[in-house]
Amino acid sequence: MKKQNHDKLKRNFQGTYQKIILATVIVAIGGIALIYFIFDPSLSAFKGNEPETEIVEISVEDDFDKIENGIHVSTGFIEAPGMAETIQNCTNCHSSKLVIQNRMNAERWKSTIKWMQETQNLWDLGENEAVIINYLVTNYPPKKVGRRAVLTDVEWYQLEE
Amino acid sequence: MKRRNFVAKSSLGSLAALLGVDIVYKNVMPAGYTPIALQDSDPFKLFNKDKGMVVLNDKPWNIEAQAHLLDDKVTPNKSIFIRNNGLIPEEIDVENWTLTIDGESVQQEKTYSLAELKSKFKHHTYQLTLECGGNGRSEFDPPAKGNQWTIGAVYCASWTGVRLRDVLEDVGIKDDAIYFGYHAADVHLSRDPTKEPISRGAPMSKALQDETILAFQMNGEDIPLAHGYPLRVIAGGWPASVSGKWLQRISIRNVVHDGTKMTGTAYRVPCKPVAPGEKVADEDMCIIESMPVKSLITYPKSGATLSKGKKLNIRGHAWAGELEVAKMEYSIDFGATWNNCTIEKPANRLAWQHFSAEISFPQEGYYEVWAKATDTNGAGQPMLLPGWNPKGYLNNACHRIAVKIA
Repeated sequence: MKKQNHDKLKRNFQGTYQKIILATVIVAIGGIALIYFIFDPSLSAFKGNEPETEIVEISVEDDFDKIENGIHVSTGFIEAPGMAETIQNCTNCHSSKLVIQNRMNAERWKSTIKWMQETQNLWDLGENEAVIINYLVTNYPPKKVGRRAVLTDVEWYQLEE
Repeated sequence: MKRRNFVAKSSLGSLAALLGVDIVYKNVMPAGYTPIALQDSDPFKLFNKDKGMVVLNDKPWNIEAQAHLLDDKVTPNKSIFIRNNGLIPEEIDVENWTLTIDGESVQQEKTYSLAELKSKFKHHTYQLTLECGGNGRSEFDPPAKGNQWTIGAVYCASWTGVRLRDVLEDVGIKDDAIYFGYHAADVHLSRDPTKEPISRGAPMSKALQDETILAFQMNGEDIPLAHGYPLRVIAGGWPASVSGKWLQRISIRNVVHDGTKMTGTAYRVPCKPVAPGEKVADEDMCIIESMPVKSLITYPKSGATLSKGKKLNIRGHAWAGELEVAKMEYSIDFGATWNNCTIEKPANRLAWQHFSAEISFPQEGYYEVWAKATDTNGAGQPMLLPGWNPKGYLNNACHRIAVKIA
């Protein structure tokens, strides 16, 4: 009688124990799924590695470093020592086009940098300053044009009147 | 008015990766702002400009015309140069746009809505010549710093608005007023909200002229965004930088306005002539006021080839800042002899004037047609570059085109 009761009790206990394990497993799986969903609501990990923006980024990234005929295509800068420092420090606020169209000696580039630091929120360039100025005066030196240059790049055409 | 955003989904981290550099101000970069490398790559579509316009700079946007694109008597938007010191405002709330008149020399500060400005004051329409102070900078030697404008930073459009004078009379101005300065909605290149890209002005005598207006229309339509929508001060005949775009506030000052680009070398030239390349102290620099006499041959385009015996009809425009053009001449022998052009009176004061001439060539060969305007004070255009100045302003040297007789 005593043993019978004990066995019955044991069976009941085992049944309850199995239910608790099952419930715990369900809650755990649900919890993991919920946490995953919070971090990746679009379930992108199950959709393969092909989000649209990734494709765009990779192609633009390739373009950014492209050099053609000695010219850095994205910025128009001449590829030479100091180009990377110039891009990193001189194209955040304004376009590379503003740099490339100007021709100055070292002293005037230095004073232009100083002016940008005083009025335009340009940071201290540290040892990059000399590198950048050297890049600019080497690749974009002033040209003598005199008091009036000859007309160049004339595109000739037949005038019909 | 929101800028198109092609890469809205990308994070700033991946932006930095694709730009290949760290974005220094990314912590202050507003959400939705697209760095320049990714902005709309077709400015001609973005601003409705002729494909023949030349982009000097894309951040900030600076685009100039070519002489032959400026042939119209009243310049259409497609041929109007764009000059920006900062970033074009991205969102214009025209319903809530206001203009405030303040400063040391107002009786009391007063604010008007756009609707009030339009309904309260009489409307006036003028054709007004606006030329960038640095137009022609590219020709200076030693080279001058800044956007290298050639000849296309000038135009004459028709502007409609109310007189600044009428508004100032309504506000009440004190006797000690000597200058006005504008403040606008454009954004500094560094995106620092405490900095203004540009805040210029002019003496009260200019402010009180009939033709100095607060314009809300250009060529009969809303002002295009790049040219100052929805409100712009227009001060014809002076450096175009006096004509502040995206106008929000005008300060009436009891001192010479000291806003951004009023001091140092900006829009100032040596008070006394200097040798090319000479250093000039700030206190020896004077603010540019009226622009000098100048002209452009807008037809034909440089490079015309004609058969022998054919006559060439040239035409163009001439202007002289605050003055009028009294005489217009052309030369086909590099200035050895000059012949008169027909020159029309201006549509109104400060509008450019139209000239034309019929030219015969003595024999086959290479020619240049040079044009020279002379103002009512007797000052003409130099054939060589005028006096050098540190920032390369006021180049009014004669324009010329190449012609071949075959």
